[in-house]
This record gives sequence, structure tokens and C-alpha cells, in this order.
Amino acid sequence: MDLVWIFVSASLINNFTLAYFLGLCPFFGVTGRIVTAFRLGLANIFVMLITAVATWILNTFVLPYAPYLRLISFIVVIASTVQFVEMAIKKLSPALFRALGIFLPLITTNCAILGFALFATNRGYGLIQSLVYALGAGVGLMLALVLMAGIREENELATVPRILRGAAMSFFVAGILSMAFMGFAGLFHGK
Amino acid sequence: MADGEASSVRLVASLGVAGLLSGVILVGVYLGTLPAIERNRAEAMTSAVYRVLPGTTRIETFEVRDGEPVRYEGPEGTLPKGEAVFAGYGEDGHLVGFAIPAEGSGFMDTIKLVYGYEPTDRKIVGMEVLDSRETPGLGDKIVSDPEFHANFDALATEPRIVPVKKGKKTAPNEVDCITGATISSEAVVRILNDSTGRWRPIVDRMLASGGASK
Amino acid sequence: MSEPMEPGRFNRELRKGLWKENPIFIAALGLCPAMAVTNSLTNALVMGAATAFVLIGSSLMVSALRRAIPRQVRISIYIIIIATFVTSVDYVLAALLPTAHKQLGAFIALIVVNCIILGRQEAFASKNAPALAVADAVGMSIGFTLALSMIGAVREILGNGSLLGAKLLGAWYEPWAIMILPPGGFLTLGALLMFFAWLRERAERRPGAEDERRAA
Repeated sequence: MDLVWIFVSASLINNFTLAYFLGLCPFFGVTGRIVTAFRLGLANIFVMLITAVATWILNTFVLPYAPYLRLISFIVVIASTVQFVEMAIKKLSPALFRALGIFLPLITTNCAILGFALFATNRGYGLIQSLVYALGAGVGLMLALVLMAGIREENELATVPRILRGAAMSFFVAGILSMAFMGFAGLFHGK
Repeated sequence: MADGEASSVRLVASLGVAGLLSGVILVGVYLGTLPAIERNRAEAMTSAVYRVLPGTTRIETFEVRDGEPVRYEGPEGTLPKGEAVFAGYGEDGHLVGFAIPAEGSGFMDTIKLVYGYEPTDRKIVGMEVLDSRETPGLGDKIVSDPEFHANFDALATEPRIVPVKKGKKTAPNEVDCITGATISSEAVVRILNDSTGRWRPIVDRMLASGGASK
Repeated sequence: MSEPMEPGRFNRELRKGLWKENPIFIAALGLCPAMAVTNSLTNALVMGAATAFVLIGSSLMVSALRRAIPRQVRISIYIIIIATFVTSVDYVLAALLPTAHKQLGAFIALIVVNCIILGRQEAFASKNAPALAVADAVGMSIGFTLALSMIGAVREILGNGSLLGAKLLGAWYEPWAIMILPPGGFLTLGALLMFFAWLRERAERRPGAEDERRAA
């Protein structure tokens, strides 16, 4: 399977957030700061890469004997990885830790991480493919987060009709972003 | 909620008990639903086989082991755990053809299909998409669009199947793609080419050794 | 020791999930399934039912065991309980409704990270008697399914001209394919939220509304 296609598909053509609706909690909840969004995106990529390796190991060696344990074991892996990343960030950059706040432990319940693990399993990706897929999905998620944060920053200065304020506006913006990303569908035609 | 700080033993013990109970329940649910799930899978595949090999009245199941088809000895109404192919026989006992499941990556996700292969003329006589996640309204037309499916009623597979723009089909080995769903249509063609390329020599060998004919 | 239940408490806990604290429209939780599986009303209903099963079952179990679960590991145990229910509903669905199961795909498994479920365990079920926990779960489930159904119905009617698979609008209607594509999910929810905000504005501007608010 073409690795470049996997990456481009996950990040642009079938963007995890704008096409698969994964990772919406941080997408709508994250503050309107581009820098924070970028760093949250990076944390997500890191967690996804580690999850890719761990779930591949589980899928190859453990789960064929107990397929019904897949969900629980994936969740445990993700929760542990996030815990570990949280501790690492706290130690390396307390400022970033404070900036990310509640969103760091919330990566555990971020559908994007579990969704990625489940999709990769269903498609039977090998280790390298999984890693590329994780990278693509993470970059796509980060792209969506940064775009949303940037638009939010702009909107703060705009006059928004009262009934649209807040959640409704965010959803319309997301809808338009999603439509824009559909334009990538022609990319890589005839791969 | 338990008050106060609990000892480490208590914490580990409660996690252990929870995990154990969960495991027991899951094993039970898994084993309890397994027969029904297997039955659904077998029924879906069998009905698809009848549809892609028109004229079939009896199906013989083969399990693929080490790349070679071996007659499947499992219980009636079940499918082998791994890869399987099927031979369809008509009313008078003649071999109608082989039904071969195949899959590959489409535009959105993996496309799973099964096609009927007539070995003498080396033609595809039917194709059905079993599972796809293509774009609703566009790519998912590969599942139900009758014009697209008409391509596979008598499709020559040699030298290879070639996708062409809608309406431009002139040769028996060409497939008219769906307008607006080129990538999904081409994915189907690619899956069929890969599969026929792999199975043609194996099927030829099977017939030569009398493994499948009656 | 069980707390005596005041009359009407059960109904109140149940009703709050329907509208005032509707998980999707008000709290914006559980959005992933709200978008992904609402391209048809049937899918929305199946997802609502599956989520209800998990939510009610988990809430009942967490509430019944709330005195036995140590505080430090409570989240992990909630997750184990939820994951067990989700895996079970996944297998049961595959056995009983294979077509729906195929349509929903991985999103059934994703119920386990639906913030609504963990949220209710932490905020309510772990602190209340089983009967109330079930009332809360049932209310939230109905509210969630209601919200999903609204989105699903709008998307299916506009995007496919059908409802529950049956053709509703005739051949004269050119379906807005965008509605069953991803942008449709975002736009529909945005439009519904806007509509509800408008309704709220009108209710607030009604004469006598100010008095009602003061009395509440």
C-alpha cells in the first residue's frame, strides 16, 4: 500500500476531524490561541505514534487469541500513554503544561486516538503503515485545530449576530472548513 | 464512594477484580454471540455467491491454505476462518465458475467484494460489493448502480481490465467508470485485476488436475 | 443506608437530560457520533439505542458499587465497566442487526470515549442511589437520541429525500448530497443550535418571562 497515499489521505483528503468527525472535543473546546492549538496537535501526534506501536504489538501477538479484549486493551494503552506524556510535559515545560490545562488528560477520551487505532486495525495495517497513518492523522488533526484557532482569533473582533454566537458559529465555520477540504478529493488521482 | 485513603493492596485488588469480572463477562458475550455472527457472515457470503455466479444451484467451499485452495470440511452453513473461495455448480452438475472474494483500498476505506469468474472464457460473470465506506451519493454507487454493474456481466479479464470514462467502453475488457466516482470505480478495477492475476494460474491448475470439476 | 427519595425527584432527574441539560445541544458532549452516524435516521436511532444501553448499564453498575470503588482508581474502573458494556453491545449488534452494525462500524466501539458516559458516572452515578442514577441515565439517553434523531432526520430528508430508508420526497427533489457528506453534519447541528438560540431569545422577550425567571 502506498505510504504517501496513506499520509495524504489521512491528513488532507479524509482529514480525521473534518471528514471523519474524530477529535471534535478539542476542536470545539480549544481556546482561540494558535500556538496552544499547535502544541496540543503536537502532543496528539506523539500519543498517536506511541499508540500505533503499542496497538500493532497487541494486534499481532496478543489479540488474535482474545479479540474481545481489543477495546479494553486499546483504552488502557492510550490512557497510560497520555499519563506518561503528561508527566513528561510537566517536567520538561511547566508553562506548556499549564497552558494545555485540562486538554492534556482529555486526549485519552479524544475519539481521534482510539478511532485511529480501530481504523488501522480494521484496515490491517502493518507497523510502518500504522506509523505513517498515525503521522498523517495527527498532522491532519493539528491542521484542523490550528485553522479553527486562527479563525476564532479573527472572529473575536468581528460582530456576530446574537443567535449565532458561541457553538452555532463554530459549527458553521467547521462546516465551511469541511467543504473546503473536500476540494482535496481530486488530489492523487490515479495513484 | 469509599471514604478516606485506601491501601495499595485494596487499590490493586479492586482493579484486579474489576478486570477479572470484565474478562469473564466478555468471554461469555463473545462465545454466546459467535454462532449468530458466524451464521450472518456465511449467509451474506453464500447469497452473494449465488448472485455473482448466475445459474448456480450448489456451492462448494474451499479454504485457502498456503495460497492453495483445499476443500473445506467444516460444518454445513459455516465458512472457514481464513480466506475462502467457492466453486458454483449448475443444475446438471457442470461447473459454472468460481466465486472469489477480494479486497483493496478504495477512496475512503477498504472495499470488499466478491466476483464470479468463468475459467474457460476467462471472464467475470458477476460482481458484488460486500463492504464499502465510499462517499455517499458518489462513490457508493459502486454498490448499487445498475449501469456500473452491467459492466461485470461478461467482462473479459485478459490481458487486463481497463477502466474508461463513462460511455467510452468499446472492448470486452473495458469498464465504464461512474461519473464523479472515478477513484472508487478504478479501485474496483484494480482489486479485480490483482485478484484475477493471482487466481488465474491457480484456477487453471485446479481444472487441469480435476480438483474442482465433476 | 439509603437516602429517602422525595416525591418527584425521579421524574426531575429523568427530565433534565431531555432538554435543559441535553448532552448534545447544551453541553456539547458526545459530538463525534452526533456527526458521524447521523447521515440517516436509522443509523442515528441505532447509535442512540446502543449508547443508551451502555449509559444505563454503566450508571446502574457504578451506582450500585459506588461504596466499594476506591476513589483513587475510580476512573479506571469506570472505564473498565464502560468498555465491557461497549464491547458487549458491539458483539450483540453484530449478531442481531448485522446491516446496522456494518453501517456504524468503528463508531460503536467509539461509544467508550463518548464523554457523556464517563461524565455522568463521575458527576452523578457515583454519588447517587441506583434508582436516581438510572433516571439520570435514561433522561440523558433519551435527550441524546432525540438530538441525534433530529440531526439524522434533517440530513436524511434533505440529503437523500428519504426517511428511515423510505422515499419521502418525489423524483422532483434533487437531493442536497452535501447533507449526507461530512459538512452536512456540521451545518445541520449549527443550524439547529441557531434555531434553539432564536427560540430562547423569543421566550426571554415574552412579557412575564422576567417574572417567571424570578420565581424559579
